[in-house]
Amino acid sequence: MSDKPLAAAIDGWHTMADKPHLIGTQCTHCDTYFFPPQNQYCRNPACDSTDFRQVELSRTGHIWSYTNACYQPPAPFVAADPFQPYAIAGVQLEREQMVVLGQVVAGVSVADLRVGMPVELVLETLHETDDDIKVTWKWRPLPTGSNPATGA
Amino acid sequence: MANEIAIIGAGMHPWGKWGHNFVQYGVAAAREALADAGVPWQDIRFVSGGATVRCGYPGYVAGATFAQALGWQGAEVNTSYAACASGSQALAAARNKILAGECEVALVVGADTTPKGFLAPAGGYRPEDPDWVRFYLGITNPTYFALYARRRMDIYGDTLEDFAAVKVKNSRVGAKNPRARYRKCFTAEDVAASAMVADPLRLMDICATSDGGAALIVCSLEYARKIGKADAPRVAGISTTTPTFASGVVEMPDIATDSAAANGVEAISYRSRIPLKAYEEAGIGPEDVSLAEVYDLSTALELDWIEDLQLVPRGEAAAWLRRGDTALGGRIPVNVSGGLACFGEAVPAQALAQVCELTWQLRGEAGDRQVKGAKVGITANQGLFGHGSSVIVKK
Ligand SMILES: [Zn+2]
Repeated sequence: MSDKPLAAAIDGWHTMADKPHLIGTQCTHCDTYFFPPQNQYCRNPACDSTDFRQVELSRTGHIWSYTNACYQPPAPFVAADPFQPYAIAGVQLEREQMVVLGQVVAGVSVADLRVGMPVELVLETLHETDDDIKVTWKWRPLPTGSNPATGA
Repeated sequence: MANEIAIIGAGMHPWGKWGHNFVQYGVAAAREALADAGVPWQDIRFVSGGATVRCGYPGYVAGATFAQALGWQGAEVNTSYAACASGSQALAAARNKILAGECEVALVVGADTTPKGFLAPAGGYRPEDPDWVRFYLGITNPTYFALYARRRMDIYGDTLEDFAAVKVKNSRVGAKNPRARYRKCFTAEDVAASAMVADPLRLMDICATSDGGAALIVCSLEYARKIGKADAPRVAGISTTTPTFASGVVEMPDIATDSAAANGVEAISYRSRIPLKAYEEAGIGPEDVSLAEVYDLSTALELDWIEDLQLVPRGEAAAWLRRGDTALGGRIPVNVSGGLACFGEAVPAQALAQVCELTWQLRGEAGDRQVKGAKVGITANQGLFGHGSSVIVKK
């Protein structure tokens, strides 16, 4: 295990806490959420607000769909050597009424997943640089029977 | 009908990985379409080109480039960029010009030479660019196709065998199409033996990128009558509408969908909205359609499209496929050209290639790919950045 410091792979898109959240924005006029965060213009066609608050998005949701990457993506992806395939999920967030993509944590394959399965957001290594370990959000299946709708 | 124009010529350069300059494919397609129409190049008053954006000088893939190659003759030009829908947008521009009475006969043309390997975004640290973000996080084009495919499996019970059957079906007709790139009859075993790319999609479930060119000669109904082509197929409807907020299906290259949390807002599927304007313009419904050319970027996506065009009820496309209802000779033949499975994608030409196939089908000139009694055809495609289109051609 490397003793390099952890750093967000993309600055300002998630908290670094033990139970991390994605950081989004919400229009103060119409309540539409945005991820990635944006605070310049509201994309709801019925709203011309330029007023946004920063919000932590729900850190649990249900799988909308899932797949994996069997081949190494091109740059700017930085692959481990040798390349390790990983699963990917789109996750429906109840309160925000949106689907957010992300990798699934290491060790979980598509055979372990199904549409509708509850998952939570965690941080895991995306890749290492000379100076630090770049972490990003990934989805992790929750134990069967847990109810993410209440676990905001 | 007041909003119709005639298609009097169609032409294509065969799809392949030829590695030549795209201009050559466009010129070949344009000359074939002109000869097909029997219209001299000098009579064309509007050249409408489909564009794409490539590293280097994007403005070069343009209507004017083809007009110069065919020989400057003082026509007006237009260039349309709309990703996979570029060809339809170029066709819509020509239709507008003709219906406005500014031009009687126009050339619509698109051609492309695709680079080898992955299309990767510019480097650096650029989180403001969604295309950079998704590649950085390890999400490629097949990821999106696979998410849609898996949803079909878990919700409707589609199987890997169904997806392979789409490839088998399309390769059977594509093998008879001299303009197709892949002309081999593949079996379900061939598909199953190809490498898994993005579970559940294998290499042979996913379309390649190709070189190719396609062109149409379109004109006013009056001009068609004047040159003795009053019964030429007509463009009866074109849709190039954007998505509607809140777009509820995660679309390439985005990392998230719109949020439908606002009062009075609901999540809406873009694909299912694309054909609506085309049906409305044409004044016909899905029950009138004889055949469809849809954008099978993946085998599973063909099944989505059949439902999005309302040709079959939601969730039933695989059942129709299993019964042979979407094959040549079936109730609603889909992709009798062979589709992207047999062509590979040449972005600015592809939407026009779909219309070329409908034109030949409606004229009864499609040879051993012919759909008997074809009267109405519909196309559908969707690409990056909220671009998509659907064109209805009728006899
Ligand atoms: Zn708003």
